[in-house]
Amino acid sequence: MIPTATSKIDTKALAPNRISKLTIENVSRRGFLQGMFSAGAVVLCARLVPRPLWAEGILAEGGPTAAIDASAFRPSLWVGIQTDGVVYIVAHRSEMGNGVRTSLPRILADELDADWARVHVVQGDGDERYGSQDTDGSHSVREFFDALREAGATARLMLVRAAAQQWGVPESQCVADPVHVVSDRNSTRKLGYGELASAAAKLPVPKKEEVKLKSPADWRYIGKPAKGLDAPDLCAGKPMFGMDVRLEGMLYAAVARPPVLGGKVKSLDDKAALQVLGVKRTIPIDPFTASPAAQPLGGVAVIADNTWSAFKGRNKLQIAWENGSHGVYNSTQFKKELQETARQPGKLVHSVGDVDAEFAKGGKIVEAEYFAPHLAHASMEPPVAVADVQGEKVTVWLPTQDPQGVQEQVAKALGTKKEDVTCHVTLLGGGFGRKSLPDYAVEAAVLSKKTGKPVKVVWSREDDIKFDYFHSVAAMYMKASLDEAGKPKAWLQRSVFPPIGSTFNESAVYGGDGEMSMGWNPLPFDLPNFRAENGKATAHVRIGWLRSVANIYHAFAVQSFANELAYAANRDPFDYLLALLGPPRILDSAAHAQPGIAEKYPYDIGRLRHVAELVADKSGWGKRKLGKGSGMGIAVHRSFLTYVATVVEAEVDSSGAVRIPQVHTVVDAGIVVNPEMVRQQFEGAAVFGSSIARTGEITATGGAIDQSNFSDYPVARMNDAPVHTDIHIVESAAPPAGVGEPGVPPFVPALCNAIFAATGKRVRELPLSRNGFA
Amino acid sequence: MIHLKVNGVERAFEGDPDMPLLWYLRDILGLTGTKFGCGMALCGACTVLQNGTAVRSCSKRMSTLAGAEITTIEEISVHGPHAVQAAWVHVNVPQCGYCQPGQIMQAISLLKTKPAATDGDIDDVMSGNICRCGTYQRIRAAIHEAAKEMA
Repeated sequence: MIPTATSKIDTKALAPNRISKLTIENVSRRGFLQGMFSAGAVVLCARLVPRPLWAEGILAEGGPTAAIDASAFRPSLWVGIQTDGVVYIVAHRSEMGNGVRTSLPRILADELDADWARVHVVQGDGDERYGSQDTDGSHSVREFFDALREAGATARLMLVRAAAQQWGVPESQCVADPVHVVSDRNSTRKLGYGELASAAAKLPVPKKEEVKLKSPADWRYIGKPAKGLDAPDLCAGKPMFGMDVRLEGMLYAAVARPPVLGGKVKSLDDKAALQVLGVKRTIPIDPFTASPAAQPLGGVAVIADNTWSAFKGRNKLQIAWENGSHGVYNSTQFKKELQETARQPGKLVHSVGDVDAEFAKGGKIVEAEYFAPHLAHASMEPPVAVADVQGEKVTVWLPTQDPQGVQEQVAKALGTKKEDVTCHVTLLGGGFGRKSLPDYAVEAAVLSKKTGKPVKVVWSREDDIKFDYFHSVAAMYMKASLDEAGKPKAWLQRSVFPPIGSTFNESAVYGGDGEMSMGWNPLPFDLPNFRAENGKATAHVRIGWLRSVANIYHAFAVQSFANELAYAANRDPFDYLLALLGPPRILDSAAHAQPGIAEKYPYDIGRLRHVAELVADKSGWGKRKLGKGSGMGIAVHRSFLTYVATVVEAEVDSSGAVRIPQVHTVVDAGIVVNPEMVRQQFEGAAVFGSSIARTGEITATGGAIDQSNFSDYPVARMNDAPVHTDIHIVESAAPPAGVGEPGVPPFVPALCNAIFAATGKRVRELPLSRNGFA
Repeated sequence: MIHLKVNGVERAFEGDPDMPLLWYLRDILGLTGTKFGCGMALCGACTVLQNGTAVRSCSKRMSTLAGAEITTIEEISVHGPHAVQAAWVHVNVPQCGYCQPGQIMQAISLLKTKPAATDGDIDDVMSGNICRCGTYQRIRAAIHEAAKEMA
């Protein structure tokens, strides 16, 4: 799979389904998949035309087929059946532990009635004709579920037709049964898919109306647990990751980047570096212009014949930096500024009723401030990319969540065309949003162009942590007035954080629609008077997407505050949460920014109540007697269209050491393709959440990041991660929703609420290590 | 010149004696199953066996390895999956999978010294290996399963 040597907008996570039109074509004899298929194979392409293209009428006349030159034509999703019966299915999205290389092909294989053991999954290169390949926002299954089913069912019908013709019997007499074979209902005759491939290749593609999708009761793979396709190879240490790519004659590079965003090299002395055995030369990399976006940060690259020499040489560079305006960034001071901003009225996000009028009436008022610091992604595989520039043509191999973004950014940096950049997607050793932005690919491309050789840029862990696109620091202010029964009559909330938009436009100081929709508006609570605001904040580091993004700090504030109100009202936190959720109902879609989504995915309070009730039941909420220093905490949250409730059990000893013996999470993600993967995602989310809660904190002094490695940016290990995490998946016929991210947001407040139950100490500032807990 | 054995093969190393074993394995020998995670023996992704015991190859300089016998993940699976690898697949441990070769090498080393490792033993030894996907509870289960299989 991999060679061994020899402007983004942050609304995307909740963007509407980007596909509006699916066309399936028989491309068996187009010859564009040279080398993949032998003669006689049937190859179908399901092309997903992105909504903007279609909506703008570019392809309207005569349909997409007429508009796209057949010679340039490549499919979006394709399935090919060889005459030997091997079925090839492309996975066009990135695998980073999210399980897409298993779950997406299984959707198609199900409708095809293919034998999973005979399916080969092929990783798609970057190509805009695939439709969206940007593997983020937990939408891979949601966006492609229908298309993959239709593609599989179409191929199945063609195989059935081929068999019917061969036998001279009516199509209705033939059935794809039991698997990978078409059977004659009236005899014992059978023809394998491989035997039918050549005949099917000659058939026209059936009309959409003729294609029958299976009834969910007949699904053989969808909804059934499956192990990871790549698990055996991963456990054998096979070369599959970007870090494992090796090309003949490849050079290795390590880059010394400006410690402060926007910094420049004032002076360089590379004499000692050039003395290092294996070091070949140093090459300056230009700093970014305008906003950082996906451009390199600049600095000086050390080129060597192995990674170690490049690292060692880099350490010997003597560089004086000019820091620029972000040298003012000090986290302690910045925190005070964010908190002060949150105490003042901000920009209106949404308002219901009149909170000010209600507050003026007096009564029981509760106020609280919450704070959450920057986080780094720290995926196990640091950023790495190999680029090979040959004249106008560029080939890049890398772990990326966004191969089309790689093509764009590399082309832009080298002044070539996007089509001249081939982007091969390797497995990702974790991504968590970091690998959505390909600055590291651009570094490799720039250096390959300058050296005339393939170059592998390897980021050290220190590079990864210091030069991340950080999860934003955030301050939240909350205020509620309670009635006699303790229920809020008015609820005001303000959130202040440097927005992701600032990475693409330095003047951006307010959160984008995406950030505000993430756990901030709407709230799922039954509130007669509600106002959400957003205060402005200037970024001094690159801000990016981190697994569940703004949901992390918003859920922390909202679900902690709900818990505080429960205690203020002297109510059980679970009962109180249900009362806050209010009666089952669909939230008014006009009230929140989810264009195109609400019709298919209405915000259903009934489903949120259901997961809350189930998690209380599963965890034995209110029924189990806990020892001294132990407590349970609950939180509910809907993100990426999935409803999640989590109960965390915490034990806190007299020294403040926190142990997490048990987590219960209930998930309603609609139709689930692979429950095994969903369990993995939510088990992992609890561990990821525990890293955030316990020790997750990135700070800056004089604009430079203080942390550098797992020594000062600790993450959860086996002995401090949750011991047991039980996942319960709600059976649902609702359309599939996200699973990669939604487990993270409720974990942190559920843990903090558990700690309050155990100790009476309220955590309003993350991480726990700032509160005397360990 | 440093002589050592890697996966049973005699090797002679002439490069920078400061080079960590990790980069010798990955960049010079092309054995990329051993992963780079932190470079400071903090995460365990680079774990290999030195004379049968787990070590962090990112922090073992070549100058210290004369006469050493190194075993990497590639060698473990040369005759089909090891019981630990089989358990890993059976329990479906990997998510992204990047840290798993190191986890597996550490688990093999653990089971050599403690064939009936308890939860406590496992937590003590395996806590040196970080998994950002959060597969810890499955790793624990897989080690128990492998231990049973190997008993």
